[in-house]
Amino acid sequence: MTWVLDNLDLIGTLALDHLRQSVVAIVAGFLLSLPLGWVAWRYRLLRGWVITVTGLLYTIPSLALLMILPVVAGYPATSETNLVIALTIYAVAIMVRAVTDGLDSIDPAVRRAATAVGYGDGRRFWAVDLPLAGPVILAGLRVTAVSTISLATVGILVGVTNLGYLFTNGLQRRIVAEVLAGIVAVAVIALVIDLLLMVAGRWLMPWARRTAGRRAARTAEAAS
Amino acid sequence: MNLLSGAFDWLADPAQWTGPNALHVLLWQQLFYTLVPVAVAAAIAVPLGWAIGHTGRGRDAAVAVAGAARALPSFGLLVLLVLVFGVLHKPEAAVVTFVILAIPSLLAGAYAGFEAIDRRVVDAARAMGMTEWQILWRVEVPLGLPLLVGGLRSSVLQVVATVTIAAYVNLGGLGLPIITGLSLRRYEAVLGGAILVAVLALVLDALLALAQRAVEQRGVRAGRGEIVTARPETDSATATHPG
Repeated sequence: MTWVLDNLDLIGTLALDHLRQSVVAIVAGFLLSLPLGWVAWRYRLLRGWVITVTGLLYTIPSLALLMILPVVAGYPATSETNLVIALTIYAVAIMVRAVTDGLDSIDPAVRRAATAVGYGDGRRFWAVDLPLAGPVILAGLRVTAVSTISLATVGILVGVTNLGYLFTNGLQRRIVAEVLAGIVAVAVIALVIDLLLMVAGRWLMPWARRTAGRRAARTAEAAS
Repeated sequence: MNLLSGAFDWLADPAQWTGPNALHVLLWQQLFYTLVPVAVAAAIAVPLGWAIGHTGRGRDAAVAVAGAARALPSFGLLVLLVLVFGVLHKPEAAVVTFVILAIPSLLAGAYAGFEAIDRRVVDAARAMGMTEWQILWRVEVPLGLPLLVGGLRSSVLQVVATVTIAAYVNLGGLGLPIITGLSLRRYEAVLGGAILVAVLALVLDALLALAQRAVEQRGVRAGRGEIVTARPETDSATATHPG
């Protein structure tokens, strides 16, 4: 406990670094997944391919990805860019499936009705498909956010400083309180972001609480 | 591409397959630290998830616990448990860490499998005079299996990729060439280790995909048509990251 009180500044600085790295990756992953998920959903032939490739990304150990990417792309392993890109790749691996599943969960009759009342493809996507897929996509985004924040700690093993520093440093100096403080800080950040996403979802999609989409979203969220 | 061929040369080098840290030894260690924690996690999470799914009680608590478990960084947890358990009990520390990692997906797979069953099927079983025990074993468990195996797939994928960090506390596994390659800047060893982890993950996932298909057919036959489970692909989709 004394260790924590003596090092609040350090924990705060690391937490800010951690938050910045994770949030950039979560947002980038989300933005990339929307078109990718849509393509996978719209074109049956591409679907298996996209799902297989994103599934493959999943099996790469993060530690290896953090080492290999800089060698291939030519930036230093210790740069924040390296960690953010690796985290974005994992975020995409989760989110593409969530976007595809979300678009799948829409009743085709609703889509035909939208077309019948004169919605073009583009307008229908933004005004009908995306909002209705929202609850499932949000469930995927929440899982992505929490796991990105907790995974980011691995960055310290290639020299990207964030809350993971408290783990390696705590192990070397054998300070249990330091490691514990790191775990608690990561968990708190993850749960706060998760809560914010949930609140944002309720505010943006008030209908989701009452309709069938909710059940689908809950199943997706639950079964993750 | 030089890196890739370097990695394959490294993998093909007989020197990597001899001695105490031979690749097949590391492969077995990786498999051990994957299967044991997943089995322990299943023994805890599956009965609990079934109880939640059958009674419909405690779901919110389960979601909260699973969410909290997911927010814990495995790397930090491993380091903490190694410090707390002491250096002599590193394997136990690793097993506990990976059990905690595996529980959320398994728990969710177990109760989501039950929730996805059409309530009318369960009501019909009850109306036919089945006892609660019979409903559980003869209706809910078989129909819920595809989602449960989906949860099992997610947790195996997560654990097998995350076991890599066990090498950081000297527990071996395929993370060893990755971690030593890291400090020696031997990228072909890093990539070679990563390829083996990916291959192991893909083999395990393919086996479980077959199992999922097998139980799915059983579920379809038992339930006929639309009663079957919700889309089982959903679960592996939203799983947590590998480590």
